Amino acid sequence: MECVFGLVGKGFAIVAADTSAVNSILVHKSNEDKVMVLDSHKLLGASGEPGDRVQFTEYIQKNVHLYQFRNGIPLTTAATANFTRGELATALRKNPYSVNILLAGYDKGVGPSMYYIDYIATMHKIEKGAFGYGSYFCLSMMDRLYHPDMSIEEAIELIDKCIIEIRTRLVVAPPNFVIKIVDQDGAREYAWRESIKSPDVSMA
Amino acid sequence: MARYDRAITVFSPDGHLFQVEYALEAVRKGNAAVGVRGSDTVVLGVEKKSTPKLQDSRTVRKIVSLDTHIALACAGLKADARVLINRARIECQSHRLTVEDPVTVEYITRYIAGLQQKYTQSGGVRPFGLSTLIVGFDPYSEKPALYQTDPSGTFSAWKANATGRNSNSMREFLEKNYKETSGKETIKLAIRALLEVVESGGKNIEIAVMTHKDGLRQLEEAEIDEYVAEIEAEKAAAEAAKKGGGASTSASS
Repeated sequence: MECVFGLVGKGFAIVAADTSAVNSILVHKSNEDKVMVLDSHKLLGASGEPGDRVQFTEYIQKNVHLYQFRNGIPLTTAATANFTRGELATALRKNPYSVNILLAGYDKGVGPSMYYIDYIATMHKIEKGAFGYGSYFCLSMMDRLYHPDMSIEEAIELIDKCIIEIRTRLVVAPPNFVIKIVDQDGAREYAWRESIKSPDVSMA
Repeated sequence: MARYDRAITVFSPDGHLFQVEYALEAVRKGNAAVGVRGSDTVVLGVEKKSTPKLQDSRTVRKIVSLDTHIALACAGLKADARVLINRARIECQSHRLTVEDPVTVEYITRYIAGLQQKYTQSGGVRPFGLSTLIVGFDPYSEKPALYQTDPSGTFSAWKANATGRNSNSMREFLEKNYKETSGKETIKLAIRALLEVVESGGKNIEIAVMTHKDGLRQLEEAEIDEYVAEIEAEKAAAEAAKKGGGASTSASS
């Protein structure tokens, strides 16, 4: 089952997601990147219906870029979150998207922030959050071990502990995870946690 | 309810579309703009007409990005330009969304030219009063490109071109002095062409340089002044060499 989770630390935010692309009992691939780099300082981790996930996140990404070209400055994380929620809300009672989103970004002056946006357009600004069956384990781990202003090392330790919980306790646990980080220097991939190496190395 | 179906741009008896030609007049009254294509650099330059004292000149951007790898400068009605630029920016992102590829310079030029043409053959509208110079690097091939469009909707690729006020003089200069350049030489060629018709100085010229690696960069006033100084020095040296060469018959230039 798809897991996306993340937390806000001191001057940064982390979003981690599993990397399995699954259809019923078949695993298409184990290196599907579900955390999109929205722009220079934003990450969008998404889980849900694969078609909707790609369609919706790419649509958000292109509109974020359009805003930047039109206005010469990037959208803030808060504005992006509200725009994203608005799009989900507008589609909800016509042809809804089945996508859950964790949006993380870094804004000058504001610092790091994270938004929880679920498929029925609920939005919360949070310090830690998770989606999927994995959330039962991640949220408990984070409730116990998270504290504000964690360093990167402490945060990655916590993320790794969550991944271990998911691997040990979830019956159909995804084997591989990707971890991405966003701070004042930008949004980038931090690490992969692979327990099954895919034969083809090229990423999605 | 008023019906906007009467055509405004219609043929004259001798085959002219006068509205389009009048639009070209509007372009001729607009600020001078020049574009030069080098082997690894493309340069756009526009003349900055004297800014009113109370105006915040930073809000008047004459060279704009359409995408990370495409830039545009224009001459003519700036309000019309805003509309075209906005449509082009949307198309750049829309193209990326539907085919997962950035636009080529030719594609976006064809799109803008197509828009300009549409407004010469629709009811109730007038043509856009601007010509554009579009520069950029094609994705994957990394080849630099320079295109020009005009109010009639025609477009073509150029090695160097000028539009707007005194564009004929600038084009003559470019035809005489164009050669394959790269990097700083391309920038100097563009500035030299602009200086033919514009008062010399960094505060009267706006220059933007695009390379495949670094995207679009607007030059600072100080940088432009440096180039202008270099150009004037070269001009003075050439003058002196000519005078000195004239005195003796076998002077090599």
